[in-house]
Amino acid sequence: MSGQTLAEKILSTHTDNGVARAGDLVEARVDFAFGNDVTAPIAIKTFKEAGAKKIFDPLRLALIPDHFTPNKDIASANQVKVLRDFAREFGLPYFFEIGRVGIEHALLPEQGLVLPGDVVVGADSHTCTYGALGAFATGVGSTDLAAVMMTGRVWFRVPESIKFVFKGELPRWVGGKDLILYTIGQIGVDGARYKAMEFDGEVIKSLSMADRFSLCNMAIEAGAKVGLIAPDAITEEYVKQRAQRPYRFYQSDPDARYEKIYEWDVSSLEPLVAFPHLPENIHSVSEATNIDIDQVVIGSCTNGRLEDLRIAAEILKGKKVHPRVRCLIFPATPTIYKQAMREGLFEIFTEAEAVISPPTCGPCLGGHMGILAKGERALATTNRNFVGRMGDPESEVYLCNPAVAAASAVLGRIAHPDEVMNE
Amino acid sequence: MKISGRAWIFGNDVDTDAIIPARYLNTSDENELAKHCMEDADPTFASSVQSGDIIVAGKNFGCGSSREHAPIAIKAAGVSCVIAESFARIFYRNAFNMGLPILECPELIGEVQQGDMLSVDLSTGIIENKSSSKTYHAKPIPLFMQELVQAGGLIPYIKKKMNNRS
Repeated sequence: MSGQTLAEKILSTHTDNGVARAGDLVEARVDFAFGNDVTAPIAIKTFKEAGAKKIFDPLRLALIPDHFTPNKDIASANQVKVLRDFAREFGLPYFFEIGRVGIEHALLPEQGLVLPGDVVVGADSHTCTYGALGAFATGVGSTDLAAVMMTGRVWFRVPESIKFVFKGELPRWVGGKDLILYTIGQIGVDGARYKAMEFDGEVIKSLSMADRFSLCNMAIEAGAKVGLIAPDAITEEYVKQRAQRPYRFYQSDPDARYEKIYEWDVSSLEPLVAFPHLPENIHSVSEATNIDIDQVVIGSCTNGRLEDLRIAAEILKGKKVHPRVRCLIFPATPTIYKQAMREGLFEIFTEAEAVISPPTCGPCLGGHMGILAKGERALATTNRNFVGRMGDPESEVYLCNPAVAAASAVLGRIAHPDEVMNE
Repeated sequence: MKISGRAWIFGNDVDTDAIIPARYLNTSDENELAKHCMEDADPTFASSVQSGDIIVAGKNFGCGSSREHAPIAIKAAGVSCVIAESFARIFYRNAFNMGLPILECPELIGEVQQGDMLSVDLSTGIIENKSSSKTYHAKPIPLFMQELVQAGGLIPYIKKKMNNRS
């Protein structure tokens, strides 16, 4: 019998009989679960209709109103109220109110609530972000979340794994976002459907946690169940100050079985841009420099971390956003917000005539705070560029990393960071 | 269980924003969601779909978000079944959890025209195109998923299991 993949290893430690091989249907114990203001109201309704009386563990459930908050309208306010009332009724400590709430996929790792070795289910597709910590973390629907709230368990088909080995050295202005855009461009938006993606190689081993989160965040955009990175010293450094519970590091056995292994040398990779209307429509930024833009969005669960804001500030420092462009910046959590302020990044952004938003998913899903009109075009550090994603069905979204977004905001068209930094 | 209805044809990679745009997710009222079902893929769909109609689509149907509003909107719009070449994984789970029947049948895709009358036997997976008199065999639904459907969805399934344990 061959060894186990990282995905199999984590799942097998969460089943009653200790077994989880690719293809098995297993019932796994859940370490942490959560929903947001869009998905949790349905889960709560289902939970109540099922006659459930208690949460499997109130310390392992978070309710995070981050999508249409600060409440954009009466209907949104009512949805958040469902979460707030439920949190009070069941004494849930992890309901995050405005001023404390951040974008869920940045907030939970930052607060040490999701940890290496965990099985995490969230009623949001970008739950796969925590694979960057070496957690088996995946998005589910509201009914699945309701079931987990009742039982603390969830069924999975154990996924086969595909391994992606990145070799070489990342060039300047190229980061985790570009690695995942490149990968999706190579395998397509269903290239890892139902699978575990495992990212490895010397490039990954030296990648910062912020870049690892960006990378794993978009595994779902290739259809994957999880996107995993084996935890190491960089993970330990990030986790040790934050962890609210014990955690465990797992890695794949040397003889683990992979459905496929890709090996790419990324030493000459350029920053990339995903053209409308699928994240697989990948071009290098130099092929896109004739594309004018109306709006730039820097933030989201993909690229709203402090490191992302620092990169944007490095480029925007002493410059102005192009007169034709609106540049919106979304620090992902209150902690990131405070630190960015302390470091003087807000001074740089506001002098550049960009605007700073409270933490919210807002424009990424066409919710609020930066909706596009018919025919408008945005360049965003977010994760999806589907039809109508940021507003009118006839608007367009292009995806890129924070450096490209900031440089493009200055020039009013999609631009390579070198065009601005070598002036 | 047999169902029949007119086919609505969609392409590959129909995402959840096309099925139900996020701008409508400030409610989970199924009738409200149904009014905007498939709006960004076909703005005429919600007003012309009839009870029992069947969505036929290409690969990776339902990719993107985990929003259960997607199968809720489709079901509430009156759609009886979705047949696709393949489904995105979260949509696949959500559809079964909600009791929306979905079938994978690559052979059928491309051979069905908009408005064709389809008849589907969910227990055998046999699909008949009455307009072209052709018959197709969809991939059988995995046993575990059949149990979910028989129980009436995930929550009744879990309640049954919890009752058995206690």
